Amino acid sequence: MAQFDIIILGGGPAGYVCAIRAAQLGLSAAVVEKDKLGGVCVNIGCIPTKALLHSAYVANLVSHDLKDIGVEVGAVKTDYGVAMRRSRKVAEQNSKGVEFLMKKHKVTVIKGTGTLLPGRKVKVGADTHEARKAVVLATGSRVKGIPQIGLELNGSTVISSDEALFLEQAPASLAVVGAGAVGCEFADIFNAFGAKVTLIEALPRILPLEDAEASDAIAKVYRKRGIQTFAGAKVTKAAVGKDKVTLTLEVAGKTETVEADRVLMAAGRAVNTENMGFKEAGVQLNERGFVKVDLKTLETTAQGVYAIGDVAGPPMLAHKGSREGVFVAEVVAGQHPHPIRYDNVPSVTYCHPEVASIGLTEDQCKEKKLDYQVGRFPFSANGRARASNETDGFVKIIRDRKYGEILGAHIVASHASEMIHELAVARENEYTVEEVDLAIHAHPTLSEAIAEAALDSMGRALNI
Amino acid sequence: MATKVLMEALSPTMEEGRLVEWKKKEGDPVAAGDVLAEVETDKAVMDLVARVGGTLLKQVIAAGTTVPVSALVGVIGKAGEDISALLEGQRGGGAEGQKPAKSAPAPAIAPTAPATGAVAPTPAAPATSASSDRLKASPLARKVATDRGIDLRAIQGSGPEGRIVLRDLATAAPMAAAAPSSSLPFRPSGAAYTDVPLTQLRKTIAKRLATSIGPVPTFYLTAEIDMERAWEAREALKALGPEGKISFNDIVVKGVALALRQHPACNAWWQDDRIRYWNEVHVSMAVAVEDGLITPVIRHADLKSLRQISAESKDLAGRARERKLKPEEYTGGTFSVSNLGMFEIDQFTAIINPPEAGILAIGAIVEQPAVVDGAVAVRRRMRVTLSCDHRVIDGATGAAFLRTLKTLLENPLAMVW
Repeated sequence: MAQFDIIILGGGPAGYVCAIRAAQLGLSAAVVEKDKLGGVCVNIGCIPTKALLHSAYVANLVSHDLKDIGVEVGAVKTDYGVAMRRSRKVAEQNSKGVEFLMKKHKVTVIKGTGTLLPGRKVKVGADTHEARKAVVLATGSRVKGIPQIGLELNGSTVISSDEALFLEQAPASLAVVGAGAVGCEFADIFNAFGAKVTLIEALPRILPLEDAEASDAIAKVYRKRGIQTFAGAKVTKAAVGKDKVTLTLEVAGKTETVEADRVLMAAGRAVNTENMGFKEAGVQLNERGFVKVDLKTLETTAQGVYAIGDVAGPPMLAHKGSREGVFVAEVVAGQHPHPIRYDNVPSVTYCHPEVASIGLTEDQCKEKKLDYQVGRFPFSANGRARASNETDGFVKIIRDRKYGEILGAHIVASHASEMIHELAVARENEYTVEEVDLAIHAHPTLSEAIAEAALDSMGRALNI
Repeated sequence: MATKVLMEALSPTMEEGRLVEWKKKEGDPVAAGDVLAEVETDKAVMDLVARVGGTLLKQVIAAGTTVPVSALVGVIGKAGEDISALLEGQRGGGAEGQKPAKSAPAPAIAPTAPATGAVAPTPAAPATSASSDRLKASPLARKVATDRGIDLRAIQGSGPEGRIVLRDLATAAPMAAAAPSSSLPFRPSGAAYTDVPLTQLRKTIAKRLATSIGPVPTFYLTAEIDMERAWEAREALKALGPEGKISFNDIVVKGVALALRQHPACNAWWQDDRIRYWNEVHVSMAVAVEDGLITPVIRHADLKSLRQISAESKDLAGRARERKLKPEEYTGGTFSVSNLGMFEIDQFTAIINPPEAGILAIGAIVEQPAVVDGAVAVRRRMRVTLSCDHRVIDGATGAAFLRTLKTLLENPLAMVW
């Protein structure tokens, strides 16, 4: 029986980061992983989709925008298979990178499925390992279908991102059920690779968790690009054929029919909490199915067992899991880490243009009856955006009227994902809109729009 | 080479020391370890010991002077040595004007650690954070503090490196409002309170009493108050119209607040190693809620009119029942009032809400025979019971407070006098 200070179930972005931080703090750490290191994020999530989205971006660029900027190419041909194989290479490089990091920090990687046993023990195959200080559950989540309406994942006509990432060619037509970040990204990808894409969302807007203005901006861009969207649409029936699926939708009292070669399920994820001995070891789940944790320490209801990442609750984002990994490693090492501010986790959708946000949406501010003021700046008034021919989008900052606290920030822009962190830093340090403006922004940059939106919230934008 | 003798931190919390008496005269030979002077710290009188041998060349400060930790108090060197360079910059200001720590040169004390032990080998950064130019606070916290009149120097930051962030302000009380032009015996200083370190006597009393009765050694004083005039006053106000309608509880809160002003000894917090005498009066008012009770605070109740107190108490009690109070609205009280009069309770004892040192339990106003001017008459009477933390309030102190309260409530005009 091998002993470690800390054993982590799951080598995704929460688990492997937790292992590295634990090793830095002098703990002996082991990661149990049944598949490739890096988890969903590195292998079948964040990373390969970003590779495909880059292909999609270039395809759109050369198909639609090149002539205007003085570059001509011949007839444009796209090949999803090639793009897919490149995305696999990128994913593999990243997974290898995690392997290297594990070696560098002398973290033991145990291959197999771990089962939690009472008393901080973990069984992998025939071996039982013991954790002297803590076991950390970082078992992640997986895609799920909606079997209730006949949309059970079948790997051929009804697929999830797991299969979409390995297709040899783009389908001629694709219906995407669920228009959150994953649905919108795949709609963007397959549209660029020539598929006729229909995007279906049950809630009243696509990107329903984002600010309404961001949703509207993307809906408008998608319409222009030929992506058909149905928001506030309920799939009532699914007829799954051998090479075709027919969906019946109810939209605003009317019935619509959507036919597609394939249906991509992108409506939510299920957490991996079953068949790993959680319950038997005293780890309870909350009413929403996540592992119940004490937010002060992330300890579960079983003493010495912690949970991080998707299993520990929303938002189900890699960067939130990584931070929890660092946090738990420090707690286990006896430190008092800075509390995690769950209201300050940035959220990004990598469609084109990108959508990035932090804090409250305007609707949430209304619900909370906050006294707020909105500042906006469109990229159509930004020099750098005009020069790059990427003027879609805006920066929107919602500030508290009295003190200037940044309650929320929303960016739709070609590089929104890179821009949001200025506002994450501002919020983490309690800078107000004034300090954001006081920091001199280089000209010409897209980030100037952030300073302008901050100024606009105070009624004194300069360049509009 | 001459060596400076600095005021050392002789206790972990010491920020300044009073030089009680020099034990060596100028020109006296001293050996390392010799007692140079007696220094009174926040805790006790301690010896200031020479860290090097030589001759005491100069007593820089006179006996009886108080200087901050690490200020220059004397110089040891070779007899006849020129120490004018060392004293440069010390002139003019005198001992009182000496800058603390940060401008003082590095002390040349011997490596033997001072009484504070390993924590601060050089007393270059004493706990006088208030004197530091740079106050670490987020821009948002600064704005909110300015707006609410909160003194950031009095706040312990919980952010990285002790930075003050918004959540640290949640329980902070605003600075004293502009000092009222009353002649009441309250210190007009800007501070919200005065901390008085415990004397040995106080410490012993506290320890023995706590051993005897529990963590908060409580005693009780009951008085019966004639509420006839308060009743009339309330009726008269009611006649003014709907906004004149106030409750007896409002009158009691006002009376308590004014009595506390006259008896600061009862307006205090027990703080384990000290007693915090508040210069502000914040009356906590026990409100029953669905499954317990909560004590919203009427801040500066002594400075508020009955009408304000009445409006505020209605609002606070209402929101308390809806569980909509913000933390700053139910913390920071300096004294509590608990009223069960509406339940027709004649008299009861209330439990102290630490760190406050007193709570007044209000009974019902009952018509009773009482002797007035030598004849028995039916009067409206109310019994109040004061629970006192004996570590802070002694019997006579509590009794004097109750007598003042009785006078105020029996002569309501005295409250506006």
